[in-house]
Amino acid sequence: MIDPELATETIRLALDRGATDAECTLAEGEEFSALVRMRSLETLKDAGSRAAGLRVLVGQRVGSSYTSDLSAEGIRKLVDSAIELAAISSEDPHAGLPDPSELGKLTGDLQLFSADVNTLDTGYRIEQARQTEEAAFATDPRITNSEGASFSAYSGERLFANSRGFLGSYRTSSCSLSATPVAREGEFMERDYWYSSARSYSRIESPAHIGRRAAERTVRRLGARKVATQKVPVIFDPQTARSLLGNIFDAVEGDAIYRQASFLAGKLGERVASENVTIIDDGTLPGLFGTSPFDDEGVPSRRTVVIDRGVLRSYLLNTYTALKLAMKTTGNAARGITGNTGVGHGNLFLEKGERSPDELVRGIRKGLYVTELIGSGVNIVTGDYSRGAAGQWIENGEFAYPVSEITIASTLRRMLMDIESPGSDLEFRSSVASPTLVIREMTISGQ
Amino acid sequence: MLPLNEMAISDSFFGQKFGITVHDLESYLSEALAAGGDYADLYFEYLATSNLSIDESIVKSAVQGVSLGVGVRVIAGERTGYAYSGDLSPDKIRHAARVAACIAKGPSQIEKTGFDESHKRNLYPLLTAPHETSLAERVDLVKRADRAARAYDKRVFHAQASYIDSLRYVLVATSDGVLSFDRQPLARLGVSVLARDGDGSPQRGYAGGGGRVALDFFLNEKTPEHFAQEAARQAIVQLDAVSAPAGEMTVVLGPGWPGILLHEAVGHGLEADFNRKKVSAFSDRIGQQVASPLVTVIDDGTIRNRRGSLNVDDEGVPTERNLLIENGVLRGYLFDKLSSRLLRSGTTGNGRRESYQHIPMPRMTNTFMLAGDSDPGDIVRSVPRGLYCASFGGGQVDITSGNFVFSASESYLIEDGKITRPVRGATLTGNGPEALKYVSMVGNDLQLDEGVGICGKEGQSVPVGVGIPTIKLDRMTVGGTAG
Repeated sequence: MIDPELATETIRLALDRGATDAECTLAEGEEFSALVRMRSLETLKDAGSRAAGLRVLVGQRVGSSYTSDLSAEGIRKLVDSAIELAAISSEDPHAGLPDPSELGKLTGDLQLFSADVNTLDTGYRIEQARQTEEAAFATDPRITNSEGASFSAYSGERLFANSRGFLGSYRTSSCSLSATPVAREGEFMERDYWYSSARSYSRIESPAHIGRRAAERTVRRLGARKVATQKVPVIFDPQTARSLLGNIFDAVEGDAIYRQASFLAGKLGERVASENVTIIDDGTLPGLFGTSPFDDEGVPSRRTVVIDRGVLRSYLLNTYTALKLAMKTTGNAARGITGNTGVGHGNLFLEKGERSPDELVRGIRKGLYVTELIGSGVNIVTGDYSRGAAGQWIENGEFAYPVSEITIASTLRRMLMDIESPGSDLEFRSSVASPTLVIREMTISGQ
Repeated sequence: MLPLNEMAISDSFFGQKFGITVHDLESYLSEALAAGGDYADLYFEYLATSNLSIDESIVKSAVQGVSLGVGVRVIAGERTGYAYSGDLSPDKIRHAARVAACIAKGPSQIEKTGFDESHKRNLYPLLTAPHETSLAERVDLVKRADRAARAYDKRVFHAQASYIDSLRYVLVATSDGVLSFDRQPLARLGVSVLARDGDGSPQRGYAGGGGRVALDFFLNEKTPEHFAQEAARQAIVQLDAVSAPAGEMTVVLGPGWPGILLHEAVGHGLEADFNRKKVSAFSDRIGQQVASPLVTVIDDGTIRNRRGSLNVDDEGVPTERNLLIENGVLRGYLFDKLSSRLLRSGTTGNGRRESYQHIPMPRMTNTFMLAGDSDPGDIVRSVPRGLYCASFGGGQVDITSGNFVFSASESYLIEDGKITRPVRGATLTGNGPEALKYVSMVGNDLQLDEGVGICGKEGQSVPVGVGIPTIKLDRMTVGGTAG
């Protein structure tokens, strides 16, 4: 357990050395992972670590430091280092801590920690991974190889304190089970994966389900073709739609907005998406990965409607970016162990619609169903979008054959406007969640 | 007199600072092998970093920190047990050794018989690492970059510059008797610029570089002004960019950073862990033609002062210059110790890890294509219609299917043998074992990149370098939006 005294003592030392304000973060965690490959245990990892971070203000100058040495000597150096750095940084008129009236934390059990991820026997965890891989092999004879199946668990604690009287801490846990089978047929070889993860082991999907799903996702890629260059409707499955939502987050977070480095800068109150699109960030939902009692500068997590039926209603902000934009923080401060805060999200999701994913596919005469996106071809400044894709070709409302080695391109601006009714399949598998999405038209580049 | 390796360790960073002795290392390795196993190693790491950045002409962020720890690994057949500790006290290290030992069963087969210090050389012999210079000198680099970016053109409306350095001390001790020490400096300066013409859409430019270099590199060779002007130039060029074309076409890659093509198209697929498992599109293809006869690809961890270079890899093995593809024929893979044991092959010095918290695996160092005979101007003149790519963002590969992408950040149309209009960012895609078969010309202008590469694999990031001469690919898929 983390000792809160260590944080308050570190802050006191910083104030003694001339800091006018200080923030201290302490974190510790334990990780476990077991990888089973080709039916035998291949890797077992088990370890823990801790670290401390300090950010000081000396007037309007900021300095930050971190250490993994929590001894008295280590903490003294941590303080010296931050003070020394403040002296070489510039006066930043917007630097500061949240107003004391903004500080606080959610009460009640947010279900972020479950002891069950730690108490399982190592042999049992290895067996879960083994069964997951076995289920993948059993699903289809073309699954002849594997990159393995793994069971991993994490538990940790994070404490944050500042010189304005805030002190809070919370424990989190997580657990995940995944498989990456490899399928072969003739000249074709493909891999894909499936996983389940949750804050409690009790909410993990069964090995049989994960293994089967991983195998199905893999074999359906076999025999992929490259299609001709053309413009067609594109369906993003929930996994790839999630990455699109991640791009939208990058375009509404405060740092990109105040620097005018986002195609959505200055668009508050305007229609930026089709009216089918409502995007919400909610850091308060119990048991989910994007939930926390307070953000990384001690402001309570909350629910923010980012896009309401197509209209941009709010950016996501921390104290610094809010001040730059003459707005209020939305409780989205995020940082690692130290430094100025950036902006993060809670549970960021796109509200689901009425139609099942099957119905959405049936509604497409000719188009692409995307199951994988690779590469980094998204420019948030201009909104230009061009990424490598793989998936299934749709003809007359049915999957016709797999496709790969193509790109899909448009602009995020157009894609948001082109989103047709979202699917009904919204599931919170991680801190970003989206149902299946249909984009009216994108350029496929292939042969 | 002390035996040689006892002197080496007592003189080393970990001997001096933490009092670690040969006896300690032997006892930790014995503990790690107490339950059996074929091999064990210890990786001690002390990493100090600085990160200084300027934004809106204000030095807003200055961060320094230290992390240290030890990783203990035990290998038994194909199994690996791994544990680490952020605390170097003997009982904590012994505990980690016992946890790692859980992977093995049965009596130990290993007899420990002392250490030999691995091959000594220094590819980055800096008396003073950038991390050891004054903060005032280093913060001046970002201030200069900011001024130069703003002064470049009045259409530049925002600049950010960041300078990051680190100094890493490592000690590797292995049950097969290797003892190695290294002191690894690394520094990088990056500049990001936004420009806008009137009410038009802003455009971004980025440039950066560095290596295992002294601070002098940024004062005399590649100055803050150099990177700032390059970033600003890229942003300004993009203001006039038209939509990128879509479909298959001839692509010419400029020299240097576009070598990321090799990293994605072939490099990852040749890492031996994937080939041991036979999950790579390049598995079982040694000796086969996988590229045009004009193509020879090398991975070389021994180039002085380069970002991807290391004296010894993170398993204590000296790095080497390794031939991957020779005249289009696949010649070799990149090995870590585990893969080389299991495939009964020699080592190549490519076992790398992000930190003491991570298990080593085969990784690239500096990956590049050897120069050919063609004049770069002739290469462009030979193309009636195509795309010329001068700079790239990132890339990614699916090593099993072999499909890869990499994203052009600065490219131009080639029309009638001339480079004409700039085009907007577009992703290029191809298939690893096929794409390089379409290389029809290779320039005489090999360049290595300026030193910004970060490679991610299975959650671990390591610094790498790439390089390439101007090359022509007769066919590649370009993912723009224009018909």
